[in-house]
Amino acid sequence: MGRFIYLDNAATTQTSEEVVNAMLPFFGEKYGNPSAFYSFAGEAEKAVSDARRQAAGFINAKPEEIYFTGGGSESDNWALKAAAEAYAGKGKHIITSRIEHHAILHTCEHLKKQGCEITYLDVDGDGKISLEELKAAIREDTILVSIMMANNEIGTIEEVAKIGKIAREHGVLFHTDAVQAYGNIPVDVEKMNIDMLSASGHKFHGPKGVGILYIKKGVKIRSFIHGGAQERNRRAGTLNVPGIVGFGKAVEIAEKTMEERNKRETELRDYLIKRVLEEIPYSQLNGHKTDRLPGNANFCFRFIEGESMLILLDQLGICASSGSACTSGALDPSHVLLALGLPHEIAHGSLRLTLSGETTKEDIDFVVDELKKIIERLRNMSPLYEDFLDGATA
Amino acid sequence: MYSEKVMDHFNHPRNVGEIENASGVGTVGNAKCGDIMRMYFDIDGQGVIQDVKFKTFGCGAAVATSSMATELVKGKTVQEALKVTNQAVMEALDGLPPVKVHCSLLAEEAIHAALWDYAKKNNLVIEGLEKPVSDIAEKAEEEEY
Repeated sequence: MGRFIYLDNAATTQTSEEVVNAMLPFFGEKYGNPSAFYSFAGEAEKAVSDARRQAAGFINAKPEEIYFTGGGSESDNWALKAAAEAYAGKGKHIITSRIEHHAILHTCEHLKKQGCEITYLDVDGDGKISLEELKAAIREDTILVSIMMANNEIGTIEEVAKIGKIAREHGVLFHTDAVQAYGNIPVDVEKMNIDMLSASGHKFHGPKGVGILYIKKGVKIRSFIHGGAQERNRRAGTLNVPGIVGFGKAVEIAEKTMEERNKRETELRDYLIKRVLEEIPYSQLNGHKTDRLPGNANFCFRFIEGESMLILLDQLGICASSGSACTSGALDPSHVLLALGLPHEIAHGSLRLTLSGETTKEDIDFVVDELKKIIERLRNMSPLYEDFLDGATA
Repeated sequence: MYSEKVMDHFNHPRNVGEIENASGVGTVGNAKCGDIMRMYFDIDGQGVIQDVKFKTFGCGAAVATSSMATELVKGKTVQEALKVTNQAVMEALDGLPPVKVHCSLLAEEAIHAALWDYAKKNNLVIEGLEKPVSDIAEKAEEEEY
């Protein structure tokens, strides 16, 4: 195999070898159902409770506040749908933002059809919601505020602690989709005034198909999946023991390595951003310059379209992603980029590069060098660039 | 996702460029939707398309369909070029993924737009040529989920 540079760690990460090794026995010899009575199942049960303790401690929660799910999307669905049901007596109003993941936005659309009213907060050019607008949006009948901790496309980190404080002062539940944040930046549910939090294992070198929903003690939301007493009666289904063990192991590693990893990734990311902005004309950074995920860089290159860029990068063994319409099969480019106020034609030329602890400076240099050639090549066949140059010389 | 032919035309697009003082120039598409194609035709006194060039802003399929469309009309008469349909472009490329069919429609429309411009400049009426729709995307329907 030739060169392979994986810069799509926001989509998924490689499950680390240590995690895989921790999981393996629970597929094979330790296959007992943790809900069973006999001592053979005890090992599985203990492994799950260790993982739960690990997942909780990492965000300053109590183990009994952690519920294992099938992933981030399930956690988001559960939090929103169950809150709407449980608090229907109080009201039907939910506040969220325009840049949420579709697991939130599509669930909100669903709830709207069920009679809920949804307020979508705008974001500024960096992707941050306004705390003043949030305050103004809260009503008597508001039951939930759901704002993501860090954006999956542009990496912007929201002021979650302040958002949580505002929600709490108004007696409104606060949920945060922390799928991109958990495992990658410090999270403290107490300090951040969080009532519910979604996270996913495969975003920080854990396995796919396992996530958590943190539900603060006292928040009265009900079961989302019925059929058993697992997860304190709140999430039925035989526990995904290998997945949960892998989640716990990934948390253990993330906790140990986070500080050093973040420092290194932030430096590399800033080096990448600096090179791109300095060496590629008509380029811009999307998202907040400093309040952003350590591994996230997102650019727009004018006059070209994202999918073409991705194909050419792929041919060089570089995995990246774009918010262009063509990559999603829709007509509109990324809702996140549009929410920043970018015009459609610029949003189509977006490129997201997300780093991991494995990314090296050599990788970054290779990608930027190749990217320069790719962009020049695509611009040379772009009628938009031709018009721009004609306009510039006219 | 793409056929080998599509990838070939994307990687080695034929006839990229511009023609100075072209007989006809047509631009179709919409930056909003992420595809713009521009075709330049050089048409001689006998109505034969001697040279074709294109520029495209868009995805892999948009580049490949433009490239293939220019190949299909090069050396043809105006009437023959008019018969190059999006279906013909797709077949020549060994097919396109369903979400990319609109790119081939855009390529067909770009041919029409260049011919329309040629007819207008020369006060000609080309039988069977209707005023091109510049914005194909307006006709596309959004999928329900």
